[in-house]
Amino acid sequence: MTDSTIEAKVTRNKRFDGLFAIVGLLATFVGMITLTALILDLATGGAARLTPHFFTSFPSRFPAQAGILSAWVGTCLIMLVTALTAVPMGVAAGVYLEEYAPKNWLTGLIEINIANLAGVPSIVYGLLALGLFVYQLRLGQSILSAGLTLALLILPIVIVATRESIRAVPSTMREAAYALGATKWQTTRDHVLPYSMGGILTGVIIALSRAIGESAPLITIGALTFIAFLPEAPIKAEFPFISFEWLFSPFSAMPIQMFNWVSRPQHEFHLNAAAAGLILMVMTLVMNGIAIYFRYRFRKRIKW
Amino acid sequence: MEPMVATEGQPDSATSAAGKFILEVRDLNVYYGSTRALKGITVEIPEKKATAFIGPSGCGKTTLLRCLNRMNDLIPNVRITGSIKLAGSEINDASTDVINLRRRVGMIFQKWNPFPKSIYENVVYGLRIVGINNRSRLDEVVETNLKRAALWDEVKDNLHKSAAELSGGQQQRLCIARALAVEPEVLLMDEPCSALDPISTAKVEELIHELKDTFTIVIVTHNMQQAARVSDVTAFFYLGELIEFGETAKLFTTPEKRQTEDYITGRFG
Repeated sequence: MTDSTIEAKVTRNKRFDGLFAIVGLLATFVGMITLTALILDLATGGAARLTPHFFTSFPSRFPAQAGILSAWVGTCLIMLVTALTAVPMGVAAGVYLEEYAPKNWLTGLIEINIANLAGVPSIVYGLLALGLFVYQLRLGQSILSAGLTLALLILPIVIVATRESIRAVPSTMREAAYALGATKWQTTRDHVLPYSMGGILTGVIIALSRAIGESAPLITIGALTFIAFLPEAPIKAEFPFISFEWLFSPFSAMPIQMFNWVSRPQHEFHLNAAAAGLILMVMTLVMNGIAIYFRYRFRKRIKW
Repeated sequence: MEPMVATEGQPDSATSAAGKFILEVRDLNVYYGSTRALKGITVEIPEKKATAFIGPSGCGKTTLLRCLNRMNDLIPNVRITGSIKLAGSEINDASTDVINLRRRVGMIFQKWNPFPKSIYENVVYGLRIVGINNRSRLDEVVETNLKRAALWDEVKDNLHKSAAELSGGQQQRLCIARALAVEPEVLLMDEPCSALDPISTAKVEELIHELKDTFTIVIVTHNMQQAARVSDVTAFFYLGELIEFGETAKLFTTPEKRQTEDYITGRFG
């Protein structure tokens, strides 16, 4: 090859480099612009409805009086159940598969299964939950059933994220701990988990964000769209002060409420749906914010 | 020193003119899948001396070292047969308390691996996991062992600084302090200086000289000068077999086997 042909090739490569940067930038903008447009659209439609009254009122036949009280309380409680079940179970399963399980055909099969479960449509989980939680275990069309359904839905995501981040912990850290006489559990608790917590929490954020917006499985197990009471308070004035009655309460949730309002003919209800959509996005951001805060705290404690 | 050859009939209390043997390896075979990495190794490690394992890459010296504290257990598909006795009791069977064994036989790795925690927390980790959390006791352990590892003067004002901020040589000495804090009987060192600069290497070698008064040291090294400098006894391995084992001074000056001579004179390896 002569110098001039090499030069021509280099020039072409450079041009391609620049071209890719432009394409990448455009792709990023498409995402950004769509999101901004969505938020602006929701805001212009729904902002007027964002009064304190909107948060403290139950649904109503009259759009101006209707609120999201039962929906946001329902979503918060469902997410609480989901997070408290899916995160410990998913992390435990991930740790087991990565640190404890022998590497053989059975664990290989489990691995493929989990990867596939992450891709199962959410409505299928709804059907499973209807059969299992509602009818078989008689948990009813309750917050508990809904929370467990969504937990099932995001469990594979949490497991996969946990395994990926655990795998990123250098094996030299495990060897260092084992060589000092640490048990497997001590090694996991003191080193593997703390060092991978950032990645695990990122997975948890993605998983919970997916769960909070789900409506199909909740409709399948029998979420109510019109509900004019709140679940029982978890804290009581009289002994034993804590009540779990709320777990068995019927429920609504934000996406369900939105779906209901959007399907009404009156334009005012559509504005309500837009406002609820805004609130749902804020709820997601707050939830992510909490997880990001925890992630920051964990990363700060580890000084690589 | 007498040649270290085991005599039949005194398997449990191996003593000779050379002093006590703390580790006795007999007929040790290690298989990785179908590959035989160690072939019928029989070797005895004298107490409170430095023993060097030398040999070309892939000769099995690190494999043998990792058998001595059962670190090979962590590798799947490894099969180990034969006997290893630590102070007279068998450690190479299923009933061995591996956790306890590793507290008696500590290890330093080729690539330093301090935890991403403070210097202080690194040194005390081996104590914390057995439930020792008494502040003054831990303070004392930190000082004693950082001094033992010749690191105290460099870090005493920054004990709560991250271990990651230390230089490579300091991190390796921190790992030594961390291993010593558990008060092991034996310290295994797997090429502890191969990633260190000459000055840090010299410090670690000096350290080995001091430590062998208190601990038994087994060091794997690629560096023959290092083996000659720091060890009392040397074992030469080749292709999974123990070729020659004896006093370092003798092995390096008048080796008995041809292969040993070829290796130490640099004709191969």
